[in-house]
Amino acid sequence: MTGQDDGGGIRDRAGTLAVLMIAPAIAYIVAMIGVPLLLAINYSLSDATTGDPVHHYAGLVNYRSALADPVFRLALKNTFVFALVSQSIVIVLSRVLASALSMPFRGKWAVRFLIMLPWTAPIALGAIGWLWMYDSIYSPFDWLYRRAGLLGKPGDPFGPMTNIYWLGRPTLAMASVVIVHVWRLLPLATVIQLAGLSAIPGEILEAAEIDGARGWRKAAWITIPLTLPIIGIAFLFGIIFTFTDMTIVYILTRGGPVNATQVLATWTFFKGIEGGDLAQGAAISLFMVPVLAGIAALLLRMARRAEVT
Amino acid sequence: MAGIRKTARRATLYGRLSAFVVFSAFPFYWMVIATFKRDHDLYAPANNPFVFNEPPTLDHLRTLLFDTHFLTYLGNTFRVGLAVSAITLLLAVPAAYSLARWAKRWGEALGIGIFLTYLVPSTILFLPLSRFTAGWGLQNSLWSLILVYPTFTVPFCTWLLMGFFKAIPRDIEEQAMVDGLSRLGALVRVVLPLSISGLLTVVVFSFTLSMHEFIYALTFISDSAAKTVSIGVPTELVRGDVFQWGPLMAGALIASIPVAVVYTFFLDRFVSGFTMGAVK
Repeated sequence: MTGQDDGGGIRDRAGTLAVLMIAPAIAYIVAMIGVPLLLAINYSLSDATTGDPVHHYAGLVNYRSALADPVFRLALKNTFVFALVSQSIVIVLSRVLASALSMPFRGKWAVRFLIMLPWTAPIALGAIGWLWMYDSIYSPFDWLYRRAGLLGKPGDPFGPMTNIYWLGRPTLAMASVVIVHVWRLLPLATVIQLAGLSAIPGEILEAAEIDGARGWRKAAWITIPLTLPIIGIAFLFGIIFTFTDMTIVYILTRGGPVNATQVLATWTFFKGIEGGDLAQGAAISLFMVPVLAGIAALLLRMARRAEVT
Repeated sequence: MAGIRKTARRATLYGRLSAFVVFSAFPFYWMVIATFKRDHDLYAPANNPFVFNEPPTLDHLRTLLFDTHFLTYLGNTFRVGLAVSAITLLLAVPAAYSLARWAKRWGEALGIGIFLTYLVPSTILFLPLSRFTAGWGLQNSLWSLILVYPTFTVPFCTWLLMGFFKAIPRDIEEQAMVDGLSRLGALVRVVLPLSISGLLTVVVFSFTLSMHEFIYALTFISDSAAKTVSIGVPTELVRGDVFQWGPLMAGALIASIPVAVVYTFFLDRFVSGFTMGAVK
């Protein structure tokens, strides 16, 4: 410690205060995120179960048995398919929606509220609404198809049965899950893109309009190139949220029919919590880490690039 | 000619917007219908499902409010949200201030590092954390959620508040310190009042995310008296294998709308956190 009178002392005290103020948050994050993460790795290399958490080192046996399990491989594939398909759709739709919302029109706050509902309402409750819409008997889609003569009689394009069974057939169940992911992430991607659009300087847009650039041409030459970084950010966050999500699949299908919609997150839950196999569950969940780390690295690069400009 | 083109453009705009509104809001319309529809009408495959074929009823609401633990879930959710907000403020405000004011190079890096911990998903953490809460004897206790939920509120809110604090000119607090306030005094008396909207954002964010959370609550809580809305409604309003769709939809609707209204007001602020400075 230096003397009280010189500037060093004051700076030192400021430094101490700076450390003291940030320490509780760091301590909490280390204890409740860092340690559990290490513990998950530790579990995955052991033979721990919920009944007997005292574990012994077991090497990579959990990873190997996960990879050998066809259900795991299906879950791994589904996790990628759901995230990539839904977010590709979301990025296109959110682009269209954002440019519509950036126009002036009456009743904008109401439209905005309704469009944001899938993101602002608790997803478990929204998903319950979808479960009722996908109902095997009372689905409103089925009613519309029956009305339109597409379903319910021999020779109808959607089959002779009275119902589609949205969540009862493997491919349809996957499509149903993807639709709900699109529904859920569209609002977030839209507001992120709106933020990007509103940041384009007005002069550039005016100059473009004077030069006769409208509609698609304006989008292709001006707005999309200028907001490319923000489109990338919306896409990456969308991937993270769908890739790691368990709620939608858990509520809609519990991974069924016959594991057709199982994803890493639900499979972790069923193995690790319901099956009590901590070690296996932890190994399954850690298969998410490489993708998340890659996305984090991309986000970091984008943030740094944004800082420079 | 120009008039026609303008009208056509308006029509396309409204057409697009309507399509998106239907897509986004239909599940909630569907909840409204089920909430007020008589069972006899609800469970009739031939009836038009989009309208009331028989007069609406309040039976499902009555069942929800008086024959289920729905009000308990709401109360639990509220308590958890309040406690999580308080913990988040206590941890995130000093951390964000410290990062915004003192730290230069390492502060930016540390801030981003803290934000990145927000990306560690609950679907990885819930297994080890379930051992923590079991070890502390907190299974079926709201305290398990109160202790764990700041794992997703603290990183994000620290990051958000950092932006707020940076926007407040240093001169203001330096002037206050010249006038005799200590550094902490200046923070409490000068900086915090200026960042009320930031603090409010943190509270709203902590509340809504606590209400949205599903996986931890599903894993830690099985006692129906300790459930929050997010898991109480989807797990408890099903008797055996029978879904009671009326009360179920009523519960989903009532719990969704208020939080959605509040969240919508603050949405742009959250998004400013997500864009990570890519939009100025």
